[in-house]
Amino acid sequence: MTALSIVAAKPSAVAETPPAACAEMYTDAHPDAHTDAHKEIQREAALEAAIAARAAAAGERRARLRAFLKRALPPLIGFALFIGIWHLATLSASGLPGPLQTWKAAVVLFADPFYQNGPNDQGIGWNVLSSLQRVAIGFGFAALVGIPAGFVLGRFSFMNAMVNPLISLLRPVSPLAWLPIGLLVFKRADPAATWTIFICSIWPMIINTAVGVQRVPQDYLNVARVLALSEWKVVTRILFPAVLPYMLTGIRLSIGTAWLVIVAAEMLTGGVGIGFWVWDEWNNLKVEHIIIAIFVIGIVGLLLEQFLIMLAKRFTYENT
Amino acid sequence: MEKFVSVESVGQTFDTKNGKFVALRDIDLSIAQGEFVALIGHSGCGKSTLLNLIAGLTAPTAGVLLCDGREIGGPGPERAVVFQNHSLLPWLTCYDNVYLAVERVFGGREGKARLRERTLAALELVGLLPAEQKYPNEISGGMKQRVGIARALSMQPKVLLMDEPFGALDALTRARLQDELMKICAATQATTVMVTHDVDEAVLLADRIVMMTNGPAATIGEILSVDLPRPRNRLELAHEPRYIDCRAAVLEFLYEKQAHPRLAA
Ligand SMILES: Nc1ncnc2c1ncn2[C@@H]1O[C@H](COP(=O)(O)OP(=O)(O)OP(=O)(O)O)[C@@H](O)[C@H]1O
Ligand SMILES: [Mg+2]
Repeated sequence: MTALSIVAAKPSAVAETPPAACAEMYTDAHPDAHTDAHKEIQREAALEAAIAARAAAAGERRARLRAFLKRALPPLIGFALFIGIWHLATLSASGLPGPLQTWKAAVVLFADPFYQNGPNDQGIGWNVLSSLQRVAIGFGFAALVGIPAGFVLGRFSFMNAMVNPLISLLRPVSPLAWLPIGLLVFKRADPAATWTIFICSIWPMIINTAVGVQRVPQDYLNVARVLALSEWKVVTRILFPAVLPYMLTGIRLSIGTAWLVIVAAEMLTGGVGIGFWVWDEWNNLKVEHIIIAIFVIGIVGLLLEQFLIMLAKRFTYENT
Repeated sequence: MEKFVSVESVGQTFDTKNGKFVALRDIDLSIAQGEFVALIGHSGCGKSTLLNLIAGLTAPTAGVLLCDGREIGGPGPERAVVFQNHSLLPWLTCYDNVYLAVERVFGGREGKARLRERTLAALELVGLLPAEQKYPNEISGGMKQRVGIARALSMQPKVLLMDEPFGALDALTRARLQDELMKICAATQATTVMVTHDVDEAVLLADRIVMMTNGPAATIGEILSVDLPRPRNRLELAHEPRYIDCRAAVLEFLYEKQAHPRLAA
């Protein structure tokens, strides 16, 4: 929008004013030689047009640059301010590493993210990957249970009425409260952490799927009813495609919370994982590593979210 | 004439937030096999409501509806519906939207190739073969409506229920499809109920025109028999005195007797 208007405004401004100015100049110098002056003016005008065209191209480049800056500048300023404040804050307060110190530590750390010195000392890459693996497994089971459960609850109001109070009761509970149960049942730390992920992922999956099923437009269901489609066809041809956007929202929320919860769960269970790593670095008093971990967790979470948003866009159908 | 569809003292009351809303009352109507009935009335009088009752999509709060001697308990593919808002599935192509219906009705006894033939034939009938692989959001409103028509026709229903099927079409396409519909109805002997706003369309297509009073609590005001010979030709009809009379009668009903539609609540 702004880019276009700038491009449109520039050439005309360049092309119009100068020839007029030239004409005045020449008539002043040779009051009688009108034709000469006229030719001169034409030549000048052509030259000006060429310049104007080049100016227009330059203007377009400039406009594009400006549009880019307009988008990129505020976040850049934001980050710069943040780093500035961080730097100032660490000048006085003792113990907290500043941006530069953290950066240096990060360079060292990311030089070899996949080293392995025994089970309790592994590169940050391994820690992130094993956290992601736990999230994937826990979430995968949650989807396996939650999506069909959501379909059943959405389709049969009796089931919904039966299970809904239970879900409302359990949903606000922090998934970490379930960790001891996991430890008790599975006897090992690793599946217990996965278990908390399962618990925190399943609620958004069930609820969003059920809401999606309930909100399938009546028009589509009327088509199914007139055609008297089999329940299988209703599910595959009408319910599933119509509910898919809701399911993807559920998946996005689930993975978002799962990524929040895994850090805390791993702090408690130990082993390999980004949460455990944060705790371990705290015990080693390597605070700059903790700050790096915070950024890494943030970036991974952001990437997960963006990926799922992309996926959701692909499967959202415009209502006709 | 033997009655095929019959509506017997049917009433429809909706429960709304502001209490009960009586949409239809005391509807009595018999439709013979192969008959073409047009439902006409001002907007909001309850035409779609009546059509949905015949389709079985809603159950009446009073009275009973019969089709082929049996009570209408729910919808079914022998009573195909062309919905007012076309109701195509946005995740299926035009082809697949029609195929879904064809497969349901004929899939049990016919092979894939034959089903494909039927689907393409239905799309060709409404002139949409070129848009076969397009999705509903890639085609115009009139084209969507035509896919909806193709879907209903492809099922070869005993009763064809159409809710303003040509409403979104331009005059030329509309005329072509009206002619096509007359041919199909003559060939298949399908019993047809069509909701329309268009007086000319009603007179051209229908054997009888059912004129509804304004809502709320709408009912049948008058029924006009259009005893024009078939096949009908729109150009010849324009000078036919009987056609002009029918047209005048419907216009008189709509714009004199029911001239002031009370603002529907
Ligand atoms: N599910 C419903 N709940 C409450 N009121 C309804 C419902 N369906 C229809 N109505 C009311 O019943 C009346 C008749 O509606 P209907 O859709 O049958 O009108 P129509 O004659 O088809 O109008 P149009 O020509 O505009 O399509 C309207 O006043 C409408 O508000
Ligand atoms: Mg209607």
